[in-house]
Amino acid sequence: MNEHTVKSFDQELQLLDKKVAQMGGLAERLLAHAFDALERRDPKLAESTVATDRAVDQLERELQEQSIQMIARRQPMANDLRHIMTVLKIAGDLERIGDLAKNIAKRALAVSGESHPKPLMTGLKHMVELALRQLKDVLDAYAELDADKALGVWRQDERIDAMYNSIFRELLTYMMEDPRNIGLCTHLLFGAKNIERVGDHTTNIAENVYYLVHGTTLTDDRPKGDDTSSTLIRKE
Amino acid sequence: MTVAMVSTPQVARAAADRSALKERISIRKLDFYYGEGHALKAISLPLYDRKVTAFIGPSGCGKSTLLRVLNRMYDLYPHQRAEGEVLFDGANVLSPKQDLNLLRARVGMVFQKPTPFPMTIYDNIAFGIRLYERMSKSEVDGRVEESLKRAGLWNEVKDKLQANGLSLSGGQQQRLCIARTVAVRPEVILLDEPCSALDPISTAKIEELIEELKADYTIVIVTHNMQQAARVSEFTAFMYLGELIEFGDTQKIFTSPNDTRTQDYITGRFG
Repeated sequence: MNEHTVKSFDQELQLLDKKVAQMGGLAERLLAHAFDALERRDPKLAESTVATDRAVDQLERELQEQSIQMIARRQPMANDLRHIMTVLKIAGDLERIGDLAKNIAKRALAVSGESHPKPLMTGLKHMVELALRQLKDVLDAYAELDADKALGVWRQDERIDAMYNSIFRELLTYMMEDPRNIGLCTHLLFGAKNIERVGDHTTNIAENVYYLVHGTTLTDDRPKGDDTSSTLIRKE
Repeated sequence: MTVAMVSTPQVARAAADRSALKERISIRKLDFYYGEGHALKAISLPLYDRKVTAFIGPSGCGKSTLLRVLNRMYDLYPHQRAEGEVLFDGANVLSPKQDLNLLRARVGMVFQKPTPFPMTIYDNIAFGIRLYERMSKSEVDGRVEESLKRAGLWNEVKDKLQANGLSLSGGQQQRLCIARTVAVRPEVILLDEPCSALDPISTAKIEELIEELKADYTIVIVTHNMQQAARVSEFTAFMYLGELIEFGDTQKIFTSPNDTRTQDYITGRFG
């Protein structure tokens, strides 16, 4: 892409991208550490993860302020306008991802004394791995302005939904088998739901990358696999 | 676990239905020459009835030349000639049979610098009316008042209609020129950078005026101010080196233009 006649405009846009990359990397790490803390029952890691979320929040504030400044001072048009609006929205989604990861870390603290049923943790681990890969891919798609890659992420989210669906059923089964599992399983259930929500924010980012590149919005209903909100399981 | 992936995304298109619009002026394969210089190259473009169309582009791209073809201003100068067609309600205004006085009454023009006549405010307006129509004094009075009201100037000048037009501020002078233009009841109004010499408040008043005038007139505006083009127009034509690069909905041009040259120009990446 050609450079702006006013060089400082380019520098400001580069600064925004640098911060988005930094914030994205931080959000990825937060989610990975939160899950590690849960899996390894590591309260120290959980605590430090909770603290890291503040840095994500701070970056969001900075990105917001810089974007607003640029809109006011540069009156961006066309791809510049889409670029800045996309940064604003991605910053919002990454901030939410940070919050969801922080919430998992808090739950890790709460259940650190409990023993975790192995098969459940394996399911959750697969889910978080996929969510992390999706997040990494969408951040790459943004950095490379690769709309096709973003579209791939957008389509893959259905798999996270399907995983959540099956974990949801498994957890309910555990709880029905033995009410003493309810405390732990509820935390794990919310943890799984958080990961599923991370996937949704990731697809939001994918939609915004697509808009940034093409100037048109994805209007189709995204394939969804989460039917837990319309499910009721009874004990047979 | 098997997951079906069947969805194909559909892309939202800016659904501008132009079938309901009427082409007031149709420019077809228009070429323009300043002597040897080829200033406009095969321009084809519609100007829709009661819509505002903005011409944008860097200096020397031909946008003012194009504007001047629409009321044949170029006829005033030797060695300037146009080829092609400019159909106004179906008739080619480039035809030698075109009555130029009539054309300029139907296609009014306002220039970059305010150009009031060195006479009273009243006479600035009445002059043009008397040129085209026979009217009684009271009819002329009525038309002067109506025109000044349309131009949003009446309240500021109603008590000093006999003052010299040149005594007004720049923004007022420009609105006086617009009042003078609408006084002869044209059908099309051409605005050649009407706000470039004005302060932001006068500019806002002119923009508000354009908004009101488009209910009755087809308006074409040449502007170097991208934001102004984005604010006031429904359609935008981007020109470069005498060619029409892109014409389309203003909304589309300023958020996601098709041509990279358009994008480079409006985002300040040119040259």
